[in-house]
Amino acid sequence: MPTLAPPEPLLEKHRGSITPQEGLDQPCWIVDRSVLREVCADLKSNPQTRFDLLLECFGMDFPDRDPRFEAVYHLYSIRHGKRLRLKVPLPESDPTVPSLVPVWKAANWFEREMWDHFGFRAEGHPDLRRILCHDAFQGHPLRKDYDPARRWICTEKDMYKPKFDLPERPEDMFERMTINIGPSHPAMHGTFRLTAVLDGEVIVASDVEIGYLHRCFDKMSETHTWNQVIPYTDRLNYCSALINNVGYCKTVEKMLGIEAPPKAVWARTVLSEFSRIMDHCVCNGTTLVDCGGITNFWYMFQPREEIYGLLEACFGARLTVSGCRVGGLLADLPPDFMARARKLLEIIPPFINDMESLVDHNRIWLDRAVGIAAVSGEQAIDWGWTGPCLRASGVGYDVRKAFPYDLYDTVDWEVPVFQGGDVHDRYRVRMAEIRQSLRIIEQLLDRGIPEGPHIVDDPHVALPPKDKAYNQMEAMIYHFKLIMDGIQVPAGERYGFVEGGNGELGFYCVSDGSGKPYRVRVRPPCFPIFSTFSQMIQGHTISDAVISLGGLNVIAGELER
Amino acid sequence: MTGESWLTTTFDKLEEWAQTRSFWPLPFGTACCAIEFMSVVSSHYDVARFGYEVVRFSPRQSDILIVAGTITDKMGPVLKKIYDQMPEPKWVISMGACACSGGFYRAYHVMQGIDEIIPVDVYVPGCPPSPEGLIYGILQLKERVQREKGKHGGEKLKRNAEIAAGPAAPRDDSRSSSRAQRSDLDATQATQDEHAHSGAA
Repeated sequence: MPTLAPPEPLLEKHRGSITPQEGLDQPCWIVDRSVLREVCADLKSNPQTRFDLLLECFGMDFPDRDPRFEAVYHLYSIRHGKRLRLKVPLPESDPTVPSLVPVWKAANWFEREMWDHFGFRAEGHPDLRRILCHDAFQGHPLRKDYDPARRWICTEKDMYKPKFDLPERPEDMFERMTINIGPSHPAMHGTFRLTAVLDGEVIVASDVEIGYLHRCFDKMSETHTWNQVIPYTDRLNYCSALINNVGYCKTVEKMLGIEAPPKAVWARTVLSEFSRIMDHCVCNGTTLVDCGGITNFWYMFQPREEIYGLLEACFGARLTVSGCRVGGLLADLPPDFMARARKLLEIIPPFINDMESLVDHNRIWLDRAVGIAAVSGEQAIDWGWTGPCLRASGVGYDVRKAFPYDLYDTVDWEVPVFQGGDVHDRYRVRMAEIRQSLRIIEQLLDRGIPEGPHIVDDPHVALPPKDKAYNQMEAMIYHFKLIMDGIQVPAGERYGFVEGGNGELGFYCVSDGSGKPYRVRVRPPCFPIFSTFSQMIQGHTISDAVISLGGLNVIAGELER
Repeated sequence: MTGESWLTTTFDKLEEWAQTRSFWPLPFGTACCAIEFMSVVSSHYDVARFGYEVVRFSPRQSDILIVAGTITDKMGPVLKKIYDQMPEPKWVISMGACACSGGFYRAYHVMQGIDEIIPVDVYVPGCPPSPEGLIYGILQLKERVQREKGKHGGEKLKRNAEIAAGPAAPRDDSRSSSRAQRSDLDATQATQDEHAHSGAA
């Protein structure tokens, strides 16, 4: 088990306030809240540790323990490739933590979410209010004593009234105008609300409101068995549903101490890359629609349709595939899998080439995209970015390279990195990644499908084949037990992560040994990315704001869960 | 001109023919279903074959509201407002399990079906429905509109007027811990309408 000893000076300074916890999947310290901010600032600035990325923070509720609550922080050091989990115990009578916004800007929305879901007050937070639930909501839904189906009526009066931090202005300026875009607006992808104050055409201040698609993933997964959570994971980033399945199933498999058979691992890698292509296609296609180029959208949607055909042949669904099961795949690959996949490798590149020839030297696109909403690498890290958006800002962190899983370390591929950090580079990084994905798939197809079963042969994890379940007593009992009680995951916790379409997609699963998850927490990659939208568009025009949102590829299902 | 003169019946037929062959949909897309809706309007399924490709994002310019995706309690007032802004005659297609019934999100922030707040004409099941499913749903709506004769002074308008006028009869609903609040909702809505009215006055 990996551990990370606190650096001596830090330990010396806060003796008694930091206790390393042993025996977990990654290094973990229990930190007293009185020193939390100081410890974090030190961990960030100390060249030995340099934890520059705050991946996420969230709450935990253990009604039987004293103290009842816990705030959990996941840190990552890009320079050293090290991970650290901090746990901060909080008493029920006074669940407050010091805000970490002065240390990492990424903490801003995560702390608001902690307040919304658990009622942990972050002392010193600049704007602590609900983020996902509506303003008429009472209580904190992720506490264990909250009834999952208890709803509150929201009327128009309860809708959020935006507040602005308006800068001083010279006398001779135009009259300022406040406009509201969304949530039902195509440029806001149907679920975000942006209110902007314009001075002429320039945005001087803006306020972003989300939560219009908060579907309570966390609470729902606590009321279902481990396998029943898989369809919910589909609907996180629904543009590349299979990657979510893979991330979740891998985490649960590690908790169980099993490994998927080679055939399943191979298929997961191939289909994840196809899903990534779909994800990037829809992102680039819609970005270009947002600046008026509808032809590109048709061009980018056709590869998706073709890939849907393959997914449908494998799992029977087009979009929300639920293709993985804990321990392997839903079903064996169809006999014509290889032929279909090869065909796709022929079909997709011409679409990509056509699209690039339409766009890459298009004066209108270049004028609208180059230099718009540029973000430097340092800013991006401070804001907690991962994935293609971070790689467009010159930081080459990709989970598939940094922490290779499945078959990524056995194939030859590169991580595309661009330096500009603007809308144009975000577009280019995605196009380059599509080509890399095709490269990975081609090498894997050349190897051929590994022989063997598609799911582990363990009756406590995988359903027995139907012919056995119908004809053998033992198999029928296993089938019944697995359906009624679910998989029995041993008590423990684990953070598993894969490279999703938008960056590091993490699942923090906690089991108490019953048949249902105690907690499934998703690290949504677009959450920290979108949290910076307001700052990014300041000083740009409304039309720039629209395409910079497209380039971020914010998927509401994943953002708001 | 009233009554069933040759001119009005023929005009009704002409109008019906034109209307049912060129619905202008407003896609109220929030989630996964919106991605399948994109498939429906894209090249492969090409809903333009039926004449329904003029997608309008303004409620003032559209006549069918396709609710594609989960509607949360936070989104409820927005959906209601969009529906109210659409001119008559108007129809609603509820696309996907979430919009029809809340789907498998039996949860603290998810509306258990959009028919809690607006009337629905066609329910398309599926999570998400296949593009063929949605196209079938739109064609069902087309048949329904053709069936409802004299719709402009007719049933549809009357029904919408009834809904706008006041709370519907409490429905017999067995799964209803969350729907029990329906009457509250209607009451709040009514007060709100009143409020808006007095504000306008």
